[in-house]
Amino acid sequence: MEITAAEALVRCLELEGVELVFGYPGGAILPVYDALYSAKKIKHVLTRHEQGAAHAASGYARATGRVGVCMATSGPGATNLVTGIANAYMDSIPLVCITGQVPTVQVGTDAFQEVDITGITMPIVKHNYLVKDPEQLPSIMKKAFHIATTGRPGPVLIDLPRDVQEKKIKFNYPEKLHLPGYKPTYKGHPSQVANAAKLIRESRRPVIYAGGGVINSGASGELLEFAEKISAPVVNTLMGLGSIPGDHPLSLGMLGLHGARYANLAVSSCDLLVAVGARFDDRVTGKLEAFAPQANVIHIDIDPAEIGKNVITRLPIVGDTKTVLRALLEKVEPKENQEWLEQVEKWKKEYPLTYNKDGGFKPQCVVEKIYQYTKGQVVVSTDVGQHQMWAVQYFKFNRPRGLITSGGLGCMGFGLPGAIGAQIGRPDETVVLISGDGSFQMTMTELATTAEQNLPLKIFILNNRRLGMVRQLQEFYCDKRYMAVDFQFIPDFAALAGIYGMRGYTVTTEQQLVDILPEIFDRPGGVIVNCLIDEEENVMPMVLAGRGIDESI
Amino acid sequence: MRHTLAVLVENNPGVLARVAGLFSRRGFNIDSLAVGRTDDPAISRMTIVVEGDNRTLEQVTKQLHKLVDVIKITDVTEEPHVERELVMVKVLADRAARLEIMQIADVFRAKIVDFGPKTLTLEATGTEEKINALEEALRPYTIKELMRTGKIAMLRGAKYTTVK
Ligand SMILES: Cc1ncc(C[n+]2csc(CCOP(=O)(O)OP(=O)(O)O)c2C)c(N)n1
Repeated sequence: MEITAAEALVRCLELEGVELVFGYPGGAILPVYDALYSAKKIKHVLTRHEQGAAHAASGYARATGRVGVCMATSGPGATNLVTGIANAYMDSIPLVCITGQVPTVQVGTDAFQEVDITGITMPIVKHNYLVKDPEQLPSIMKKAFHIATTGRPGPVLIDLPRDVQEKKIKFNYPEKLHLPGYKPTYKGHPSQVANAAKLIRESRRPVIYAGGGVINSGASGELLEFAEKISAPVVNTLMGLGSIPGDHPLSLGMLGLHGARYANLAVSSCDLLVAVGARFDDRVTGKLEAFAPQANVIHIDIDPAEIGKNVITRLPIVGDTKTVLRALLEKVEPKENQEWLEQVEKWKKEYPLTYNKDGGFKPQCVVEKIYQYTKGQVVVSTDVGQHQMWAVQYFKFNRPRGLITSGGLGCMGFGLPGAIGAQIGRPDETVVLISGDGSFQMTMTELATTAEQNLPLKIFILNNRRLGMVRQLQEFYCDKRYMAVDFQFIPDFAALAGIYGMRGYTVTTEQQLVDILPEIFDRPGGVIVNCLIDEEENVMPMVLAGRGIDESI
Repeated sequence: MRHTLAVLVENNPGVLARVAGLFSRRGFNIDSLAVGRTDDPAISRMTIVVEGDNRTLEQVTKQLHKLVDVIKITDVTEEPHVERELVMVKVLADRAARLEIMQIADVFRAKIVDFGPKTLTLEATGTEEKINALEEALRPYTIKELMRTGKIAMLRGAKYTTVK
């Protein structure tokens, strides 16, 4: 029987096990939506902006480990997805994005709502397709899901001209894929693994530097076992938080620009750095020449292009982090490193992560109270800015996929739609959003989606009435010449909650917050807690531009 | 140092844009790029001449490999290989100059492919150095147009840059 390519697309989604699509319709994608109308197994979540759809799909993928799917119409619909796609690309999140396109005959004519979305997204996708032959659609769909989810995950976009969607085809979902240029390496080279075991054995001050690759490959168990076996402290990238329990004695939390001083000192003094699924981002390394200056670097990553990109690696192991860690676990011998661990403990005591508790209502305290009350048994989504850094400094992430945050792109506005995706993906968990007044205003339009989907999000806005992170930068780098960082108007977020059928609170003291926490978390339903925090609190420690990470202030 | 890469790619729409875009966005310098299909119409071959130290070259290769359409990359620079480039030059050639230009063509084994009333058009193939020398030799005459295809390269003997 022949079906339309649009119907074929829906069938492919079903065959890939997709149950959820975030999207926003329009003329050029009408046939796909028409096919979705009769789809029994796929739920469509209508966001209020396509950026919200892309971020929600990404939040869903981050929270569940499954591929996120989003769709939009041609032109503005497609361009509105772009930020969300870039965000997923930078953090290696599997997405399949489907866009409508003007009919094939009009492609290239500047037709109404035509943009070259495959051209626009080329640098921010793992791969993309403009489908010209409807018969090819099933095989392209299969490839798209395969590419998005295997190797180093990432977004794949499929652009579908309207006439292609309407053409009838004989449906046949291929079993085999023909992708001669795509063969990710999963197994680490055995001799490299053996060499790594040797370097580990010879080291006296090892540190494990674990990133999002550990979470992507589900290697948290292996990482913990590995760290314990070789008695190495673990520092995490932002994306790697939760890969080892944050309250584990070997965990030093986040390193880098706003990392704890003890984490940075450990890296600066180690003689062996085992990088696992991390990419030596500039926010991690600071001044490159001063990064881990005494260390041999072992770099385990599924993406060979990450090896040697920023730092010189003594020993590369290309492969899936889980597979490689397993192999390594068999080869390494247990170690103690007692002196080293004592040294690290000393640093922990000497330079604890802390803040000045005098004065007003401190943002760090809000995060601490949330952590204490929930015992960390929640999924936390954040936006981008100071509040993001405070959230990751003062909340201990004890499980992988417990933190949903925009790392590589640092994308304000991700928080709310990210939380929406996470909550839909994990309906049995409490999802907390920690946002800032600036970031929240970027995508708060998705409160309507939250209400419509009955999502009981617990939203905390660390409201300093300004773009705090930029203000902090201007304090340090522009002599406090504050430019365009103060909001003269901010909506009353607590009142806003009421409009969207959520409970709203405004708190100005620690005590007020503590008093309402039970009500926030133990009563069903969504809340917005507007926390009027100290206006000029800074994120500390901080590594100034151009400095090594051992020089944090 | 300059490296010559032979790159096999799937002949999909947009593949050239993907490769060119990669070079520009990662700040790699392309000296020349020649592309055409192979004996298998589904596969194209690019010869890319790129400038950079070993580390840059390693990144170029790895980043190219990340493109789904890229099947195989061989760096032929250090291996015995044959390389050729084609040039076409249109030179102003009045009576007095004509003979000299034809002699130059002879020396470089260039062909005269067009005999205009005021111009001569030469075609030559050879290594980059030879083409450079021809260009230099013709420079004293007025070159009206000149174009080079960019280099193509192939390993010598029983070494192959093929999909299999
Ligand atoms: C989309 C986007 N635009 C601009 C920036 C630059 N930027 C980084 S942090 C920040 C301020 C964030 O303010 P807010 O959300 O209120 O958080 P705070 O820093 O005050 O906690 C800005 C403007 C960004 N990261 N993302």
